[in-house]
Amino acid sequence: MSDFIATNVPKFTSLFTAMAAFFIILAVIFVVAGFVNGKIARPIALVVFLAPALLLLLAGLVIPTGRTIFFSFMNPNSDGFVGLENYAWIATDPGVRTVLFNTALWTIVTPLFTTALGLYLAVMLDRMRGESIPKSLIFMPMAISFVGASIIFKFMYEYRDPGDSQIGLLSAIVQAIGFGPSNWLLVKPLNTLLLMVVFIWTQTGFAMVILSAAIKGVPTDVLEASALDGATGWKLFRGVTFPMVRTTFVVVLATMVVASLKLFDIVRTMTGGNFGTSVLANEMYSQIFVQFDAGKGSALAVMLFLSVTPIFIYNIRSLKRERSSK
Amino acid sequence: MSSRGLSQGNPAKKLFASKWATTIVWFITLLWFIPSLSLLVTSFRSKDDVFNTGWWTAFGNPNFTLDSYRSVFFGDNGGGVSDGVLPYFVNSIVITLPATIFPVVIATMAAYALAWIRFKGSDTVFYIIFALQIVPLQMALVPLLKLFTGGASIGSFQFFPALGIAGDFAGIWLPHTMFSMPLAIYLLHNFVSSLPREIMEAAVVDGANHFRIFRSIVLPLSIPGIASFAIFQFLWVWNDLLVALTFSSGLDTVAPINAKIASLVGQYGSSWETLTAGAFVTISVPLIVFFSLQKYFVRGLLAGSVK
Repeated sequence: MSDFIATNVPKFTSLFTAMAAFFIILAVIFVVAGFVNGKIARPIALVVFLAPALLLLLAGLVIPTGRTIFFSFMNPNSDGFVGLENYAWIATDPGVRTVLFNTALWTIVTPLFTTALGLYLAVMLDRMRGESIPKSLIFMPMAISFVGASIIFKFMYEYRDPGDSQIGLLSAIVQAIGFGPSNWLLVKPLNTLLLMVVFIWTQTGFAMVILSAAIKGVPTDVLEASALDGATGWKLFRGVTFPMVRTTFVVVLATMVVASLKLFDIVRTMTGGNFGTSVLANEMYSQIFVQFDAGKGSALAVMLFLSVTPIFIYNIRSLKRERSSK
Repeated sequence: MSSRGLSQGNPAKKLFASKWATTIVWFITLLWFIPSLSLLVTSFRSKDDVFNTGWWTAFGNPNFTLDSYRSVFFGDNGGGVSDGVLPYFVNSIVITLPATIFPVVIATMAAYALAWIRFKGSDTVFYIIFALQIVPLQMALVPLLKLFTGGASIGSFQFFPALGIAGDFAGIWLPHTMFSMPLAIYLLHNFVSSLPREIMEAAVVDGANHFRIFRSIVLPLSIPGIASFAIFQFLWVWNDLLVALTFSSGLDTVAPINAKIASLVGQYGSSWETLTAGAFVTISVPLIVFFSLQKYFVRGLLAGSVK
C-alpha cells in the first residue's frame, strides 16, 4: 500500500501542477493583454485567442503530414532516399496484398451491415412503444472501448477441444447443435468476419441513434398523407421515409467507412494482426514499431490518408448540398 | 438536424406502432446485451468455475466472489497482473483530465476568435482547420515521436530542440490535444458563432474587451456545447489505444489502463476471470459517463458526425 502511494502520488502532483500552470499562464496573459488599449488591442486579442490552436495544428498535424509523405520515400531510418521503393513494396508484396484485401473487406462489409442494421432498428423503434430502454442498451457498447469489446468477444470465441466443456458461448452453441467447434480466430477468412462482429456490436447503436433522430424529423403529416393514399409498411418506407433520411444514411455510411479504414484496436487486441487478419493501420504500426521501418510505415500511412480523402470530401459535399437545398 | 436526447422518444403519437416491431427490437436488444452480460458475470466467478464451466451455468448454480476484483485491484501472483491494474487506472485519470480540459479551453478560444474577432481571411482559416479533420492521426505519429525524442532538423541544422517529453505524461497530453483541434474547433465554432449578436454588442457598448466578453459571456453561454465536446473527447482519450501505445513508449509508469489490459490479452490469454474483471474496471468509467450524461453524449456524437 505504501508502495502504491509512493509511486502514484507524484502522478497526481504532475496532474495538478500541469493544470494549475496552464490556467495560471492563461490568466496572466488574459490580464496583461486586457490592459492593452487602442489600435493594437484587436490584433493582440486575436493572437492570444488563435495562436495556441494554430501552433498546435501546425506542429501536430500540418508539418508531420508533410514529413510523413517525405519519409515514405526514404529508407527505414529516414536518412536516405529510396525513391518509390516503399510504394513498390506495397504494390507487390504478397503479405501486403492480404492486408489490402482485408482492409477492402472491412470497408465494404462493416459499414453496410452496421448502417443497414442501424436503419432497420431505427425504423422498428419508431413503430414500437417504450423505445428508450432498448435504445440505451443497443447504444451502450458505443461507450465501451474497442479493447474492452475485443476482450468480451475473445471470450465469446474461446475454444476448447471438441467434446470438452466449452466456456466460450460461440463454441458452446456450435457444439450443442452437433458440430465440432473450431479455433475460431485461426480460421481464415472466418476470423476476419469474427473481428468485424466486434465493430458491428459497438457501432450499430451509433448508426441507430443518428438515423432514429433523422426518422423522427420526417414530418408526420407527410407520413399520414401517404398512409391515406394506401402506402403501408415497406412501400411507405421506400417511398417516403428512406428518401427523406437518405443523406443521413450516406453520411453515417461514410463515417463508418472512414472508421473501418482507420481500424486498429480490434485487430491489435484480438489477433495482433496474425493468422491473416492484419489491416492497413495495424500493418503500419507493425512496420514502424516492430520492424522499425519508418519508410514502409509512412508509405502505408500515406495510403490510408489517400483512401480516406475522397470519402471525406464526398461527405462534406453531400452535407453542403442538403443544407443548401433546405 | 435537431439534437434530441436519447431517452426522449416521440411521446405525441406512434403512427404505426406494432407488436411485431416491439418483439424484433427486444430480441435484438437481448442479443446485444449478452456479450456485456458475459463479461459482468464472468468477472464475479471464481478462477476454477471460469476455467471449468461456461458463464451461463452460473445462473443455475450461483456462486459469486470478488476474488478477481481483489487481484485486479491489489495484485496477486496468479492472475497475471502482479501489481494490480490500479496504477494504470491512475495513469488513465492523469492522462485523460488534461487531455480533455486543454483542448476544450484552447479550442473555445480559437472558436471565439474565428467567430467574433473577424479578420480578413478568418473564413479561410476556419475552412482549413475544418479540412484538417481529413488527416488520419496515423500520418502524424512518426514525425511527432521523432520531434519529442530527437527534435527537428534539416540536414545537420537542428531548428527545434528535442522536447524530452517522450515517456512522460506531457508526451501523451500534447498529441491528444493536437489531434483533437480540428474537430474541437469545428464543433465549438458552430456553437459559439450562434450566440446572440445583441448580447455581444451590448457588452462592447458597455466597454468590455474581448477577454472579458470571453470569460463572462462566451464561456458561460457555451457550457452545453463545451460539455458535449468534452464528453466526446474524454471518452475518446480514455478508450484510445494507438496514441497510448505510441507515446507511452511501452513504459508502465505512464501507460493507461486500456493499453495495459490490451497487452494482458496477449500475455495471459486464458485467465479470463482476471481479464474480464480488468476489462470491467476499464469500461466502468465510460459507462458511468454514458449513463449519467447520455443527453450530452448523444448531442456531441450527433454534432460530430452529422452537422
